[in-house]
Parts: sequence; C-alpha cells; structure tokens
Amino acid sequence: MNRYRFVLFRPFQLLPVLVGISIITFVLIRSIPGDPVRVLLGPRSTPGAIERIRDQFGLNEPIWMQYFYFVKNLFQGEMGRSILYKVDVLKLIATRIEPTAVLVTGAVCLALLIAIPLAAIAARNRGSAADHIIRLVSTAGLGFPAFWLGIMLIIVFSVQLDLFPVSGYGRTFVDKAHHMVLPCLTAALALSAVLTRNLRASLLAELNSDQATAARARGLPEGQVFWRHVMPNSLVPTINLLAINIGWLISGTVVLESVFAIPGMGQLLVRGIFTRDYMVVQGVAMCFALATVLVNFLADILTVAADPRVKL
Amino acid sequence: MSEPILSVRDLSVVAQVEGTTHTIVDQVSFDLQRGEILGLVGESGSGKSMTSRALIRLLQSSRLSVSGGSAILKGEDIFTFDERAMRDVRGGSIGMIFQNPSSHLDPVMSIGKQIAESIRFHKAVSRKEARGRAVEILRQVGIPDPERRYNAYAHEFSGGMRQRAMIAVALACDPDILIADEPTTALDVTVQAQILKLLTDLRDTRGVSIIFITHDLGIVSQICDRVAVMYGGRIVELGGKREVIGSGRHPYTAGLVACQPAEGHPGERVRTINGQPPRIGHMPAGCRFHPRCPRVDEWCSTVCPDLVTSGPGHQVACHHPIPHTPAEAAT
Repeated sequence: MNRYRFVLFRPFQLLPVLVGISIITFVLIRSIPGDPVRVLLGPRSTPGAIERIRDQFGLNEPIWMQYFYFVKNLFQGEMGRSILYKVDVLKLIATRIEPTAVLVTGAVCLALLIAIPLAAIAARNRGSAADHIIRLVSTAGLGFPAFWLGIMLIIVFSVQLDLFPVSGYGRTFVDKAHHMVLPCLTAALALSAVLTRNLRASLLAELNSDQATAARARGLPEGQVFWRHVMPNSLVPTINLLAINIGWLISGTVVLESVFAIPGMGQLLVRGIFTRDYMVVQGVAMCFALATVLVNFLADILTVAADPRVKL
Repeated sequence: MSEPILSVRDLSVVAQVEGTTHTIVDQVSFDLQRGEILGLVGESGSGKSMTSRALIRLLQSSRLSVSGGSAILKGEDIFTFDERAMRDVRGGSIGMIFQNPSSHLDPVMSIGKQIAESIRFHKAVSRKEARGRAVEILRQVGIPDPERRYNAYAHEFSGGMRQRAMIAVALACDPDILIADEPTTALDVTVQAQILKLLTDLRDTRGVSIIFITHDLGIVSQICDRVAVMYGGRIVELGGKREVIGSGRHPYTAGLVACQPAEGHPGERVRTINGQPPRIGHMPAGCRFHPRCPRVDEWCSTVCPDLVTSGPGHQVACHHPIPHTPAEAAT
C-alpha cells in the first residue's frame, strides 16, 4: 500500500505553490491603480480622513511589511478585515462559500452524467448518426462562451418555459437546488463537451486495444468488454483532464455568478476587485488556489486508485 | 485415427480494400486431433495468425471476413454459429494465448479477477467458487503463491510469469483447444523453454489440443506433433513434424529449414530465401511461391498446385516436390 505514501508528503510540496500564489495576488491587486479608501469614503472625503483610514488598515506600511502581516494573520487563522464590508474576510467567505461549492460540484457531477453516456454511445457506434451528432454538439459546446450559454438557458427555461428561476440563490434546500439547476447546467455543458471528446477518443483507442481483443477472445459479450475493461482503462486519463478543467471551472464561477446573480465567492471577488478591497481579493484568491490545488491532489489519489501501474 | 476435435475445410478470409476483394487466407484445410500439438508455420503475412483469428471469428479489422469454408468443432460447424453461440466457443472451447501478454492482459484488473470473470461468464458458479478455481488454475500454470498472486496486476509479473498468467486466463474454462499465437516470441530463451514445457505438460495432463503458431522451426521440432507450413495464405505442406522438417518436399519448406542457423557451424553464412513474401493485392498467379522458387518452370506461374497426398499423412502443394526417396523421384 506504499503507493499511497505520497498522500502524506504531497501537502508539503503544495505549500510553496500556495506561497507563490499569495505573493502574486498580493502584488497584483496592489499594482492596479486606485485606492480602496477613496472608494470607501466617496468623492467628499478629506485628505486627513483618508490618511487616518489608510493607517488603520496598515496601507501606509511598505508592501513587504503588509505581506508579512498578511502571512502572520494567516497563521493565526485570519485573513484581515474587509475594508468595504468592515467584517472579517474569513467570515465573509464563509457566508459565500456554499453557493460556489454547490455550483462547482453540481456542474462536475452533471458533466460526468452527460459525458460518460454520450462518449460511450459515440465510441460504441463510431461513424453512426449518433456519433456525428454528439461530435457536432460537443464541438459547439466548446465554442459557446459561458455567459452567452447561460443567458440562452435563462431565456428558454426561465423566461419562456418558466421552469427555473432567472437568478439568485434561495433559502431552503429545495429552493437552492432549484436555483442552481441552470447555472450548474451552463457550466456542465461546456465541461461535458471537453470530457466527451476526450473520453470518446480514449474509448475508441481502448476498444481496438489488445486487451479488449483478449477479453472478447475469452467469450465476454461486447457490453461486458466495454464496461468492465474498456471504460475503466479509458477513465484513467479522464481523471486528470477533469481536474485541470475543475481549476478552470472554479475561476469560471466569476462569470457564472455574475450572469445568474448568485451570491458566491466569484461575485465577492469581482466586487472586491472593483472596490480595491485588497483583503477580500487576497482571501478569495487564496481560497480558489487552495481549492484548485486540493482538486489536483484528489485527482492524484483517484488516479493511483484507478490504475495500479501509477506510482507518485 | 479417431475423430478430430477440430476439422477445418476450405477456410478462406478476404479483405475489402478500396472496393476490391483480396483473398488473405485461401482454402485452408487441416484436422486437429485430440491432444495434438499442430504447428502453423510461415513468414509474417503468410496468414497463420489470420487463420487462428478466423477460427474464433475475431478478425483484426472490420474489412476482413470469412468468405467460405467450415470448421467442425465437436461435430458442429462453428462458422454457422450466431454471435451468442460463438461466445461460448471463445474461451469455452477455444482458448487464445497471445504473443504479447503485457498488452493482452487488462492492466487495471487483477490477474485472478480476469480468470474468475471468464469462469463466471462461461459456467454458472458462485463468486467464491470462481475465485477458488482461478487460484487452482494459477497453481497449475506454475505461478508460485497463487492465493496472493490472484490479486496481482499484470505489470507486477515478470515476462515469463505474465505469459503463464495469459495461459491461465486461456485455460479458465477448460477449453478443448488452445491457440497459441507466437507465445514465446517476446520471451528470452530460458523462459521460452519453460513456457514450452508448460504447454506440453498441459497437453499431457489435460489432453488439450494446441494450435501453435510460430515462425521458429526449432520450436516446432521441439514440441509439435504435426506441422502445417503456410505461404501466401495457403497451406503448402502439411504432415508429421519429422517428415516436414526432416524431409520437407515443398521448396519453401526446404528453404525455411535451410534458413535455420545450424548448431556447431560457427562462422557459416546465414542462408536466406531470395525475394520478399507476396504482399496483399500483389499475389502472383499460379503457385504463390514461384517467383522465389529454385525449382520453378512455366507450369508453376500459371497453375496453382493443389495440396495432394505425397506420403502417409503427408501432403504437399507443389508441381515439382523435392524427392527424398527413389520412389518419390519417380513420380
């Protein structure tokens, strides 16, 4: 079982990645022109008031000192206070994390539910009408931008058919789920397009592989050859592809949450950038980075579990 | 002689390439006796692997199809079987051993599970019993510590052990016939000898018949009872190992034998047969071997010779077979 030993050591290797990301976001947000205090106080602010508040948030310190405080706070489990909302950034994120987490996991599950059957149908009926249609749709799915697709889905399913709410998040579990169908579907369609195309290609390769021939030569029916031997082998490369795309999806929530007015972390990030709310931007960026890193870590574990040859 | 376990008659395989039909395997006929090891010998592209694939109707490409002939297995023509009946034949009556065990075993399923899977598909047994049988088969093919090895994956085996595992998979449902397609080509010589020993042992203990496909005449003389020599998709000589290799009558057989580097003659130039084997679509008229044949005359380039009896249990397809006895020289 020492193939899983990396689980113990990998987190330490990921630490430098997070440090790097924190430095980059820290410097980048501060190099955008604009001043959070001016935004906060509005056009009628006096220079004295601005100075006072800058001092209060430590913005007059040199940038490396500011970073030092940021890291020091981080070790104490804090991310500083939002300049605009005047609350702890971590608390702010805690209230926003649920919609985003639901959106991402929902989209991934939905994408797999779409991609696996479609890729299976396309690969098992190569060259058929179904294969061509699936390829056409998945190519189209790759081309549509998320915001456009989201608006189209809103027009059809919310405005015309009145099946789902136009935007927002909801309060009860059922209400929330109802609200998240369209956003999840929007993200899932783009994701499933990538997955379908790649899975179809690996399935086709595996269908022609020696091991599939050998399975047929043992008398197994084609369905069993496909689901017991071809699919498990084809899913291995898909795991990594999925992990990479979840990274994209996490940053993609910024757009999706704007289109569907979901009070999630993506929206928080956008507002944070516009108001130069440094602490919020840093906090959300760190969370996104952490999530992406964790997803890839998880994908590594899954790959090791799915393919006994892999050693990490 | 008793009823053969498998009787192939006039087996032909054709390939459709860009609208034209090419015959790849041409009217191949042979019998396989119970407990016999039949060698199928020939150069690459001679149709020997294709013949074996045609028998389980798993041809390498959808462009290929069996165009005629029959294959009587235990009294029934398997070429008339539908797909469902064919699945019982594959694995159930005929087990396949492939050349490259690393690519022909599922890398993400344990060896034992692959054996148990076949057993459970062909025989109505419980999961536990299938497992027990799989362990027993692993033991029979000489895999040490089979209980533990049941859960091992193909990549955890050495080359020789992997081929043993492949043989175990083929043996899962106690088939009557094993088709071994160059099973030792990818192995080094000492392991090769062990695998050959295992195959002859299996023949002796289980009475299984083996079709052994190879291009190595040394292996043929080591383990086969009879040999069929294939050239350009046809059997050109068929007979007992001693007759075919010791006194082969077809010039191609004689050429193959002469190509074997002889032991105890170091420094001697390795002999070859001049020319290239025919390619698909460029099959010569008449005898397929005539462009490369030292005994050729005009007759050979127009009329394709049939496989005719030239001695007891010995058949040859040649207009001018090599004589080995005065009686043969007279015909």
